[in-house]
Amino acid sequence: MESKGSEAARILSEIETLKATRSDLDNRISALEAQLHHLNPEENSVSCPSIYTGFGHGLSPDMIYRYSRHLLLPAFGVQGQSNLLKSSILVVGAGGLGSPALLYLAACGVGQLGVVDHDVVELNNMHRQVIHTEAYIGQPKVKSAAASCRSINSTIQIVEHQEALCTSNALEILSQYDIIVDATDNAPSRYMISDCCVVLGKPLVSGAALGFEGQLTVYNHNRGPCYRCLFPTPPPTTACQRCADSGVLGVVPGIVGCLQALEAIKIASAVGEPLSGRMLLFDALSARIRIVKIRGRSLQCEVCGENSAFTRQQFKDFDYEKFTQSPLSAASLELNLLPEDYRIHSRELKERIAKGEAHVLVDVRPDHHFKIVSLPNALNIPLSSLESRLAEISSALKEEEKRNDSGFESSASLYVICRRGNDSQRAVQLLHKVGFTSARDIIGGMEAWARDVDPNIPTY
Amino acid sequence: MQLTLEFGGGLELLCDSVKIHDVNVIPNNEVDKLTMKDLLVWVRTNLIKERPEMFMKDDSVRPGVLVLVNDCDWELSGQLDTPLEEKDVVVFISTLHGG
Repeated sequence: MESKGSEAARILSEIETLKATRSDLDNRISALEAQLHHLNPEENSVSCPSIYTGFGHGLSPDMIYRYSRHLLLPAFGVQGQSNLLKSSILVVGAGGLGSPALLYLAACGVGQLGVVDHDVVELNNMHRQVIHTEAYIGQPKVKSAAASCRSINSTIQIVEHQEALCTSNALEILSQYDIIVDATDNAPSRYMISDCCVVLGKPLVSGAALGFEGQLTVYNHNRGPCYRCLFPTPPPTTACQRCADSGVLGVVPGIVGCLQALEAIKIASAVGEPLSGRMLLFDALSARIRIVKIRGRSLQCEVCGENSAFTRQQFKDFDYEKFTQSPLSAASLELNLLPEDYRIHSRELKERIAKGEAHVLVDVRPDHHFKIVSLPNALNIPLSSLESRLAEISSALKEEEKRNDSGFESSASLYVICRRGNDSQRAVQLLHKVGFTSARDIIGGMEAWARDVDPNIPTY
Repeated sequence: MQLTLEFGGGLELLCDSVKIHDVNVIPNNEVDKLTMKDLLVWVRTNLIKERPEMFMKDDSVRPGVLVLVNDCDWELSGQLDTPLEEKDVVVFISTLHGG
C-alpha cells in the first residue's frame, strides 16, 4: 500500500514539473514568435495585403486556400475576406464572451486582433472560457488567449494588452482598432467602453450573459444609439448580478460571444446588416430568441447627443465607478455592517466549538448553495425566509441549552454563516432587532472557514 | 383586455420566477383605454411579489429596465403614454452586465 502511495506521489510531482516546463516553453515560444514578427514584418504580416498583387486582390495562395470557404460564399467572396484582412478588432475581456469571440475572429482572418484583460486563468473559469487550457491556470488570460489564437492562425497579428482598461489608457488602446467588442462583465466598464467608442467614433459590438440569458446589440454604428442612449441612468447596484454570484450556464456566453464575433465580422467585411438599432435577447431555457427594435440615437444623450460635447478630457476625468456605484473589476462586495462584538473570526469559533460551547449555527445561504457544501450541524435558513422562520432558531437554541445543561451555564450562543460574510451580517442585524442578542456573524463566511480552519472545505 | 406580459434578465425573480404571464387587465377609467402607465401600476399591484423598487422608480420602470411593446422599445411608441390593445405582448427586461 505504502509503495503504491509513494509511486503516485512521485508521478504527481513529475506531472507538476513537466507542466511547469511546458508552460515555460510555451511562454518562450510566444516571445520568440513575437520577436520574429518584429524582425520580419513583411513575411509575417498579412494585415497588409498589398504584398500579393499577382491575382489582383491581395490574397496570397496560402490565404486563398486557408479562407477558401469564405471566398466560395458569393455574398462574401474575395472582397469580404480582403476587408477582414485589412481590419483591426479589439476584444475587451478574455472571459466567457471573449473566449469564443477571439477564437472565431482569429480563425476568420482579422488582420489585427487585440485583447485586453488584467485577470489570470482560474479553475472555475474553465467551464465557459473555452479559449484557456488547464496548463494556463494561474497565468494571465491575455497570454493564454493570445497563445490559443496564434495556434489557430499564425498569420495574423495578435496584440496583447495585459492591463485593466481604465480612463487613462482606454483612448490610447481603443484608438488603434476599427471595431471594439465589449466582452466585459460589469456595468462601469460597459459605460466606459461605450463612451470611449463615441469619443473615438468606433462601432461597439456589445454582448452580455448571465444565468440562462444573453443580450446582444451593436452600439454607435450607422447613426444608431450608444449604450447611454438606452441606459442614461445606471441601474441600482443591487440589480447588477455577477456570474460569480448568480451563476451562468457555460454555453450561454459561448453563444453570445459567437454572435459578437459574427457582428464584428459583418462590420469589418462590410457584408450584411449589423444588429444596430435592434437588440437580440436570448433565453436558453425556453429556447427563444427575440430580436427587438430599440430606440435610435437620442438627441438628448449626454455623450452622443446633438448638443453634447463629451471630449477626450471629459472622458479621462469621468469617474465610472462613482457613476455606477460599483467597481470596474467585478470584485466581490465586502460589507461592514456590524459592531466588532457582533462578529467572530472563524478560528475563534473553531476553538469554542472544540471546547464544547453550546451553540446553534445558522447558515443563511440559499438552499442550492447549502447543497454544494455545508458545515456539520448547520441549520439552513436562507436569508430571504429568515424573518418567517425565527421560531426554528428559538427552538434549536432551547434544545441545545437542554442538551448542554450542566447546571451553571444555560444559554447557547447563536452564530450565522454565509458564503462570503455579507448576508450573515444582514441576518445578524435582523436577529438583533428581533431579540436574538447573542447572534454573531462569522467574518468572511464559508470562504474564510475554508481558508483559515478547514482546507478540506471546497470553495466555489 | 387580454395581454401577455414577459419578464426577463432577472426581473422574473420578482414575480415568483414565472417569466410569461397571460393576464386580463380591466381598465379602471371611463374611456376604457389602457396605457403603459396604467399597466405598470397594475403589474406592481398584481404581479410583483417582492422588492417592488427593483421594478419601478417613481411612476416608471427603474433604470436599467427595457420595456418592449410588441417587440418594440416603448421609447418609440410614447413610453408611459403608449396605448395598449387587445393581445399586445409587453416585455420587461433587465439589462445584463455579466460575461
